[in-house]
Amino acid sequence: MAEKTVTLTIQGMEVTVPAGTLLVDAAKQVGIYIPVFCYHPKLEPVGMCRMCLVEIGRPKKDRQSGEVMTDESGEPIIEFGPKLETSCTTPVGEGWVVRTSSEKALQGQKQIVEYLLTSHPLDCPVCDKGGECPLQELTMDFGSGKSRFLYDEKMLLAKHVPLGDLIFLDRERCIQCARCTRFQEEIVDDPVIGFEQRGRSLQIVTYSDPGFNSYFSGNTTDICPVGALTTADFRFEARPWELRQAASICPHCPVGCNLMVNTRRQPDQEGRVTIQRIMPRHNEAVNEIWICDKGRFAHHFTSSPRRLKSPKIRRDKEWVDCTWEEALETVARAVKKAGDGLIGVAGGRASNEDLFAFKKLVEGLGGEALLGDSMGGGDWVQEVGVGPGTNLRDLGQGDAILVVASDLHEEAPVWWLRVKQACDRGADLVLVNPRETRLDKFAGIRISCEYGEAPSIVSSLSEALASPGSGSGNLKSAAKKLAAAEHLVVFYGQEGLPPAGSQALAEACATLLVNSGHVQSPNNGLIPVWPHNNTQGAWDIGLRPAGKDLASTLDGARAIYLMASDPVGDDPKLAEQLKAAPFVVVQDLFMTETAREADVVLPAQAFAEREGTYTTGERRVQRSYMSLPAMGDARPDWLIVSQIGRQAGVSFDAGSVVSLFAEIAASILTYGELTYQSLAEFKSEWPPVRGDDLYFGGTSFANHQGLGVQLDPIQRVDKPPKVAWSHADTAPADQELLLVPVDRLLDRGTTVVPSDMLASRLQTRHIEVSPKDASRLGLQDGAEAVIEMNGSVHKIEVVIRDSVPEGSALLPRSIGVPAVEPKLAKIQPVREKQTE
Amino acid sequence: MAEHIVLRHRDIPDIDQLEVYLKHGGFETFTDVVKNKSPQEIIDVVKASGLRGRGGAGFPTGLKWSFLGKAKPRYVAVNADESEPGTFKDREIMERNPFQFLEGVAICCYAAEANHAYIYMRGEFWDNATRIEEHIQQLYDRGFLGKGLFGSDVDLDFHVHLGAGAYICGEESALLESLEGKLGMPRLRPPFPTVNGLFSAPTVINNVETLTNVPLIVAQGSDWYRSFGTEKSPGTKVFCLSGNIARPGNYELPLGTPFRELIFEHGGGIPDGKQLKAILPAGASAPILMATDEVLDTKMDYESVPNVGSQLGSASVIIIDDSVDISWVEYKISNFFKHESCGKCTPCREGTYWMLQILERIHEGTATPDDIDLLDSVAQGVQGKCLCALGEFASGAVVAGVERFRSDFDLKVASR
Repeated sequence: MAEKTVTLTIQGMEVTVPAGTLLVDAAKQVGIYIPVFCYHPKLEPVGMCRMCLVEIGRPKKDRQSGEVMTDESGEPIIEFGPKLETSCTTPVGEGWVVRTSSEKALQGQKQIVEYLLTSHPLDCPVCDKGGECPLQELTMDFGSGKSRFLYDEKMLLAKHVPLGDLIFLDRERCIQCARCTRFQEEIVDDPVIGFEQRGRSLQIVTYSDPGFNSYFSGNTTDICPVGALTTADFRFEARPWELRQAASICPHCPVGCNLMVNTRRQPDQEGRVTIQRIMPRHNEAVNEIWICDKGRFAHHFTSSPRRLKSPKIRRDKEWVDCTWEEALETVARAVKKAGDGLIGVAGGRASNEDLFAFKKLVEGLGGEALLGDSMGGGDWVQEVGVGPGTNLRDLGQGDAILVVASDLHEEAPVWWLRVKQACDRGADLVLVNPRETRLDKFAGIRISCEYGEAPSIVSSLSEALASPGSGSGNLKSAAKKLAAAEHLVVFYGQEGLPPAGSQALAEACATLLVNSGHVQSPNNGLIPVWPHNNTQGAWDIGLRPAGKDLASTLDGARAIYLMASDPVGDDPKLAEQLKAAPFVVVQDLFMTETAREADVVLPAQAFAEREGTYTTGERRVQRSYMSLPAMGDARPDWLIVSQIGRQAGVSFDAGSVVSLFAEIAASILTYGELTYQSLAEFKSEWPPVRGDDLYFGGTSFANHQGLGVQLDPIQRVDKPPKVAWSHADTAPADQELLLVPVDRLLDRGTTVVPSDMLASRLQTRHIEVSPKDASRLGLQDGAEAVIEMNGSVHKIEVVIRDSVPEGSALLPRSIGVPAVEPKLAKIQPVREKQTE
Repeated sequence: MAEHIVLRHRDIPDIDQLEVYLKHGGFETFTDVVKNKSPQEIIDVVKASGLRGRGGAGFPTGLKWSFLGKAKPRYVAVNADESEPGTFKDREIMERNPFQFLEGVAICCYAAEANHAYIYMRGEFWDNATRIEEHIQQLYDRGFLGKGLFGSDVDLDFHVHLGAGAYICGEESALLESLEGKLGMPRLRPPFPTVNGLFSAPTVINNVETLTNVPLIVAQGSDWYRSFGTEKSPGTKVFCLSGNIARPGNYELPLGTPFRELIFEHGGGIPDGKQLKAILPAGASAPILMATDEVLDTKMDYESVPNVGSQLGSASVIIIDDSVDISWVEYKISNFFKHESCGKCTPCREGTYWMLQILERIHEGTATPDDIDLLDSVAQGVQGKCLCALGEFASGAVVAGVERFRSDFDLKVASR
């Protein structure tokens, strides 16, 4: 069906755009810029700032017939209204004649800039926005150059108002455009900031405790058209024009948000180049122009003084720095000697090139290469993952989304945002989660589910789908919704599931998608909410989690090689296996709990220090570029691996990431078409950001470094192996609860903790229990309890939450209590010592 | 005028008692309407009467009702914010003739097919609000409000909501925002409230005085109503007379009554032997008029006042005698608008502040002659660029003041 279009003339240029297009956007599409402040192409128009005033002429119509009236020459008579109109709130009309730069329009625009400047402090020389400031740009274009306003009559307002620990407000610079408050309300449903007072006293305040409590707060500083909102870590640190930019991919979660890393030599760090700020890079199909606060602020680990800077070797139980030659030689000798007794464990944080090289090396020596991430199902994702051309932004009315065993808001915030927006557009959301999450509000159907039950519920859903009319209640109506959907995207996670459980869940989801016919096409398929950014890449390369549990797999190993993986951090008991192994080498950024058990520790480069490719949960392969020099003597993982390989006699083409990627393309199904060049391809996207359009779209960066390529699903004859897994009865005994590890965005991981500014937002050492269980077990909110499981004992604070399902206790990962998979644990209050 | 339509309490003592109101035919019209009339019939009669909105804009009431969107639910919001300086008519109506007002609201709800009416009163009316709530309770008790009225399937509930004291909340879309619990700021239009109003539902918003006319219009017909006033501005209007006048107060007179009659016959002229200098025909929001013979002979209706360069507005006529310096009046008016600007749009937020700064300097005698031109230029710059009418009022006041009373400003600057 052809879209209805409207043709009009803007500043002498004929423009044809879809009906309903706003005048300001129509002009922008043909390169005519109408200045704006409050308007933002991702937000609903409000017409507050009045900057976009233009003259609109409409064809005169006969009152009776409604026909357009013409003059003697047959041309339509155009009538201009007496007032200028805001082009950001006005949808285009057929035959209009619009003057955006006539004397009258220009005068109106100049007048607005003059008014805005009367209350502006004009402190550009010390303002962080200076150099990339829409107000500064438009002052250059429309400002009078001379003030008619007496400087002494300016209102003096607070200039350093913390809206929270992350964002500061300068009340003098604020021009009350409401971009920030509208973003928080419309886009991310966190209306924690808003206006207070009125008139010239109108000001932004935060309503939440802690202040500006939102996972997306940093985005407001990008879209703020002045220097009113700044981030706690970048303010007063550097000028935008001093910064060097390099494109990158966020290392924190499987969304794979496109980033621009801004770096500069830092005088107070001995002139080292450090990351000054992380900015979103435009990719409409991945993150649009948004990123979460973890992606934006948790980068300070890259410059942490605790980073490993040189190889270390254990001599007489003491760690000593050694040369790379010595370290490589030692490792090469040991792994070669181990032969088929070598076990390699790599984490999903490493790049495709790292993981490919790692697998080559370990398997080349006869050993076994494993994936350190415990969640299963990556093989099913290869089969039924979302098809190329998928863009969650396209989902809306008539489409459906199923989210199972995942808390997207905590695990992959930008996916949460995009699912939420799909719901805003009318998509049906079905949730299968044991507890309430931030998605529940948008869900049409919530299917109740116990921990561990998700795979069987999805199977029932799948059966109900296959035979219409079967099933009952919610399940039946959900099956109907999913079957009828034009597009269906299924997100699955691992909350409450051991690895075999998430593997079974992926299989159930895959079956459902096949049953409903939502596979092998755009906006249809399975998206795994992986624990790491490149877990999917690891699966694609052929790495799999340990078949049995990791401890028994490691038992009896003659050498263990761990890359970007910290299993002891998750489960301290694994230290026993490492202690027992004759040789352990760990390659990482930090001296992790695992590294402490090693014989040799190799310093790896952080994501920003090297190049590489990463595969998102949507199976989009993306390129990340180098933006930082190496920390100390750290080397990229792939290089370390290949250097060990060369010495151990397992040689593969590893001259560079590019040649490694060529090998990946040659040997891994569906990566065949990809090259570093194809991953760098881009085309201009709407809305235009940055460049000349600072004031139109904000300061996020345009994407000139590659949109990435989404992989085709694999069509295999032999399906992934079935796993035998059934949801055991986990009814807790007296004094017991099912301890369920949960992911929280701001965890205590080694790549998060070094960012001091996040300190107050990080997960504390606590468990969450339901009020009923708390009273059954005698636990009190804020008091301490003792957890006993597998013979180990942990003291922990208790937090009582209504949303926790009865019989379970939520345990945030990374807080220092073993949390690999759900386990029954005895939980008791800590009693005051009795006097004897 | 011998009889009143809106200020009927001046003819009938104790009409603020429900029994008295009922004895004089109160709620017979509403009862008849619910039992025997269709909503369209009510809209038609109000349309035919030519009744125009008494809040200031003078928009034809029946026409507004006929624009209502088809969606349900629908709401009626009563603008009882009465925040225009010098306006005190709605207060007298609600205090002294409350049941006629409430019957008007009820009829409006029926015509609009709304089950809920929200009476939005300014915060300062808290005492009156309490009384209105008591009156509403009496209506529930007597079966004029509630479920299934008079055995029909019509449900009707009234709610009183107090604002927090903001001029802008008298602007209808800001009123809706405030009712929804948000900061009182005007909305963009379109969509208009009749299509997308309170809680996004089709909403009729009318002024207290407007609705108080309705019971009599429906009872006595449009021809009767049109026997008052002018052809385009039928009916009576309550003129709020204040300022330098012998007998200030509310005067309900036919629309089209000349200024001269209001000021000198009803208001008793200018006291203390002073001369009439200027007239603010609609509080702070309409341009100030020089009291010329042409102006004094101008009819006070919606068409005639614009001919001499102002507006009838809410007809809060403020009289200014020759002892008053108009630059001081403009200073006060600017102060008011600066204080009341909601801050949503740039020209109003910044312009009202800037104008006040200049006027303050003029008032204090520290301004230069150039400042008068600057003031005029700043005010002109605000004109035609604002999101709602407040900024236009604020700047229009200054533009007219400087244009029509320039010598008062010159004097302040010269006296430096």
